[in-house]
Amino acid sequence: MHIVVCIKQVPDSAQIRVHPVTNTIMRQGVPTIINPYDLFAIEEALRLRDKLGGQVTILTMGPPMAEDTLRKALTFGADRAVLLTDRFFAGSDTLATTFALAAAIRKIGDTFGPVDIVFTGKQTIDGDTAQVGPGIAKRLGLTQLTYVSRIADVDGEARTIKVERRAEGGVQELATKMPCLITMLEGTNEIRRGSMNDALRASRAEIVKWSAADAGIEDTAKCGLRGSPTIVKKVFAPSPRATKATMVEPGDATPAEALIAEIFKQQPELESKLMTLARGY
Amino acid sequence: MIEEKFDAIVVGAGMAGNAAALTMAQRGMKVLQLERGEYSGSKNVQGAILYADMLEKLIPDFRDDAPLERHLVEQRFWMMDDRSHVGLHYRSEDFNEQSPNRYTIIRAQFDKWFSKKVQEAGAVVLCETTVVELVKDSFGKVIGVRTDRSGGLIRADVVVIAEGVTGLLGTRAGLREIPKPENTALAVKEMHFMPRETIESRFNLKGDEGMVIEAAGTISRGMTGMGFIYSNKECVSIGMGCLVSDFQRTGETPYGLLDAFKRHPSVAPLIEGSEVKEYSAHLIPEGGFKAIPQLYGDGWVVVGDAAQLNNAIHREGSNLAMTSGRIAGEAIFQLRSRREEMTEQNLALYKEMLDKSFVIKDLKKYKDMPALLHTQSQNFFLTYPQLVNKAMQSFVRVDGTPKVEKEKKTIRSFVNARSWFGLFADGFRLARAWR
Repeated sequence: MHIVVCIKQVPDSAQIRVHPVTNTIMRQGVPTIINPYDLFAIEEALRLRDKLGGQVTILTMGPPMAEDTLRKALTFGADRAVLLTDRFFAGSDTLATTFALAAAIRKIGDTFGPVDIVFTGKQTIDGDTAQVGPGIAKRLGLTQLTYVSRIADVDGEARTIKVERRAEGGVQELATKMPCLITMLEGTNEIRRGSMNDALRASRAEIVKWSAADAGIEDTAKCGLRGSPTIVKKVFAPSPRATKATMVEPGDATPAEALIAEIFKQQPELESKLMTLARGY
Repeated sequence: MIEEKFDAIVVGAGMAGNAAALTMAQRGMKVLQLERGEYSGSKNVQGAILYADMLEKLIPDFRDDAPLERHLVEQRFWMMDDRSHVGLHYRSEDFNEQSPNRYTIIRAQFDKWFSKKVQEAGAVVLCETTVVELVKDSFGKVIGVRTDRSGGLIRADVVVIAEGVTGLLGTRAGLREIPKPENTALAVKEMHFMPRETIESRFNLKGDEGMVIEAAGTISRGMTGMGFIYSNKECVSIGMGCLVSDFQRTGETPYGLLDAFKRHPSVAPLIEGSEVKEYSAHLIPEGGFKAIPQLYGDGWVVVGDAAQLNNAIHREGSNLAMTSGRIAGEAIFQLRSRREEMTEQNLALYKEMLDKSFVIKDLKKYKDMPALLHTQSQNFFLTYPQLVNKAMQSFVRVDGTPKVEKEKKTIRSFVNARSWFGLFADGFRLARAWR
């Protein structure tokens, strides 16, 4: 079983600051962490490997300093880490990111053995798009299992997998064939504390570093800013709400009546408009 | 058990631990450094001032890439009462030299850089790993450590304990006593951010020049302690510290003292309009020479704050830590190159070398100071500052009183407060402790 986990290095949202004048996020000097949602993906991958054997490869795309993030992922006990880093990748939106990651996963399969499952977190805490997982699945032609809350069963022989997926109004049970892509839901497990051996190994491990060319990407126009149709038109901080909430005491009336009365009191024109409309019926 | 054995394990990645790990790794030893924080510096709190000389001995060209804030050109000592301060300021253009002597730094950034140097020298640095136990063999020799990660014992020829002031590991292993409240200060600090230009105009600085204010007096409400203000590039560190035993006795709170210090009319204008972005607290070993514990034993040495190596009078700690770490590393390397065992007898070399350095010599010079300031704290931190400030005001205020009368009144105020005998005794004791 070969599992690839895609992770992202994100600024620690607990320590992030917004520039008071430009309203942009000040990333300088803000410590980076592994996207917290990705930790659930890493743990689930490690559990599958521990149960079924095989290997876990961690993959990220980012600047050279993302190596720290990968090393940290290795201390949990992953087998290897690949850093996709090239100036061609700078400024990627989700379309360009999935293009690069899909190529890297193909290359990982060629180099280290066929990939059975690709894991990602539910979404990142900096972009919040939840598009990269499904995007990779689409590009690689994998079945996508999103918002997975539990992996019920994996049959290595028959190459099938059964999972539970959180959906609106309930839990879906899904079964499909591998290879597949899973985006793991938060709160589904707890990341382990790597053993001393894992930590020692991680501190000395050689991180595999691939450029666009190394990952077999020929069309660099599809990477980075050039390959990103998304345009950020404006970044702004929402202005705080000026009006405060009003507490309504129902008294003798029903809560609904009291509420309507209060709304009409504050917006008399709304009452007259509604009355005019009501007269037509 | 981890199969691999190291030449040395260093517990802690502060100034002392980093210096020890770097010294040994630079000399080709196989070093494992364990740090409980997320990264080196994440748990450290200091004002902070860096003394170049001690770092130069480890990393001669540190000025090329170390995250330094400002080099100090001015030092101010303030003796404060509730509304005023009498100051002694020293500023010199000589400090604008090619290789400045003192810098303000921010430890979280500095230690990260320091740790990188340790890693580049070849040491294995593992963070987020807490050493929970020093493991001894049946003869009582320390043979390794156990951490909070699974995998059991990690062996090493020698363990350098650089675990900092609280020193749970060493005290639990019975290597030394728990630090006493009267030998330990609790300091709190805030980082006040404001634009560079504001800092430079308020403190009379240009470029990368910096200054420090060190203040004592009624701000500590009769307790043994002091306040400080250090200028960084874009923020000012302001803090207060007092002996833990004094906090116990008086029931005062550290943040209460810091709040009052910040509101003092001499201080408030300096930090006006700033934004607090960070606050922290830490213990400081202040027992001086007499509080230094056993520094070495079978298979172990202790360095830095854990060894109480801190000069409270000169407010030097990180340089003593760095130097003790370096000397421990050098002593261990000497033994190793002579193929000698890391026994108690042989590791005495570390203490021998440390005794010859400024670390022990300075602490010895002030060996009676902590006790004096502690037992006489009411006088030194309340009575005298008030008297001196009053005397100064009387000296500068022009109100038609003849000068002779003013002087008589001032002298009378001192005698009334402390009596002639008390004044002489205080002077004598202070002079003797200083000598």
